[in-house]
Amino acid sequence: MACEQWRGKLDAYLDGELDPAEASMLGKHLQGCAACSADALGRVQMKRSVQMAGQRYTAGAELRNRVAKSVAGKPPRDSRGLWWILAVPAAFVLILSVAVNLYVGRDNARRQRVYSELADLHVAALASAAPVDVVSTDRHTVKPWFQGKIPFSFNLPELQGTEFMLLGGRVTYLAQTPGAHLIYQVRKHEVSVFIFQDRGDETASPASGPIHALSFNMESWTQNGLRYFVVGDVGADDIQALSKLLRDAG
Amino acid sequence: MKVPEEHVPAVTFEDLAMPLFDQLYNFARWLTQDTTEAEDLVQETYAKALRGFSSFQPGTNFRAWMYRILRNSFLSSRTGLKVTVALDGEADESLLPAESNTPESLLIEQADRETVQQALADLPVPFREILLLCEVEEMSYQEISETLAIPMGTVMSRLFRARKALRDLLRTKNEGGRRGV
Repeated sequence: MACEQWRGKLDAYLDGELDPAEASMLGKHLQGCAACSADALGRVQMKRSVQMAGQRYTAGAELRNRVAKSVAGKPPRDSRGLWWILAVPAAFVLILSVAVNLYVGRDNARRQRVYSELADLHVAALASAAPVDVVSTDRHTVKPWFQGKIPFSFNLPELQGTEFMLLGGRVTYLAQTPGAHLIYQVRKHEVSVFIFQDRGDETASPASGPIHALSFNMESWTQNGLRYFVVGDVGADDIQALSKLLRDAG
Repeated sequence: MKVPEEHVPAVTFEDLAMPLFDQLYNFARWLTQDTTEAEDLVQETYAKALRGFSSFQPGTNFRAWMYRILRNSFLSSRTGLKVTVALDGEADESLLPAESNTPESLLIEQADRETVQQALADLPVPFREILLLCEVEEMSYQEISETLAIPMGTVMSRLFRARKALRDLLRTKNEGGRRGV
């Protein structure tokens, strides 16, 4: 399919509304087409701008209290009969399903924001004139460089005999938390590794496992109190291989 | 198990509705562009929803139902009556035109939050509301379709037009800014 036809589907793709088969084809196309991925990135930025700008107004406490009071503890409309024998379990199921949906919805939204933020950090670092602050292929140089700059320590894998090469690292931030951003190279592709302290909900930690989003592959897991994210435009195999090296070293 | 519908809702309205308070207020404020009107609208929405809760179908989307009540209340308010909801030629737009590559997408990066807020406020209500539902409320196309009571095809074409209108506005503002206007 030509670029022009894919462009017509980009919005639905980024809104998560394309069917899985088409989304996967478009994802593959984005990996190989610089123009379409630049377009996609622009649209993602637009979505995020609107999202940030749209969360603008907060109601006063007085209004909230007034509304809460007006709906608080309303008794059942009809308390006669034995309807509640049926209704109570049904209502329980309803509450439970709504709560689960709300939670899953919020969780997904939060996860999507973390992914977009990490994808942005990855792209922004690569686009920068100085992608790394410590330039070294030697893990014994890169790791000590972070001492005193971030509030934790981590181990980096030995790369001899693998296709990966360490390019360097920099300090980065996610949700106001400092962390390490390492950049690796594999066959001319750069892959970012982010390491943060795992603060559970506070760091908006996404589910572990591989994620294919916005034409990037990602993998995330927690280990020894740290949360790792591996992000790049390489195939899932490479992401998994690097993740395994990091896991084994950690 | 078949449950008499009118009895189910009485148990849970507060639990279902209050978590939506902040986002409903934000949406109301964007629609009305006025604090007092937004406050009235939110109170009216909760009052109507509470009264109509027995007609809410359990298992259907409660959030979309609340937004629909809020929006309908807005459209029948004094400010809302001045709003045109129908958009010319929308129904015919079954095929979405592919957009050419957009150097203007880059301008979005440069637009600060305030500029985007101003542009959103300047958009016609149908465009503003659909962008808010999609990007801020992160509703699916299906939910948007239920909230706005329009077919899915119209959701897609309206979203497309709304995004284009926002980009055009931002471009105009950007050029105006550069000229020092």
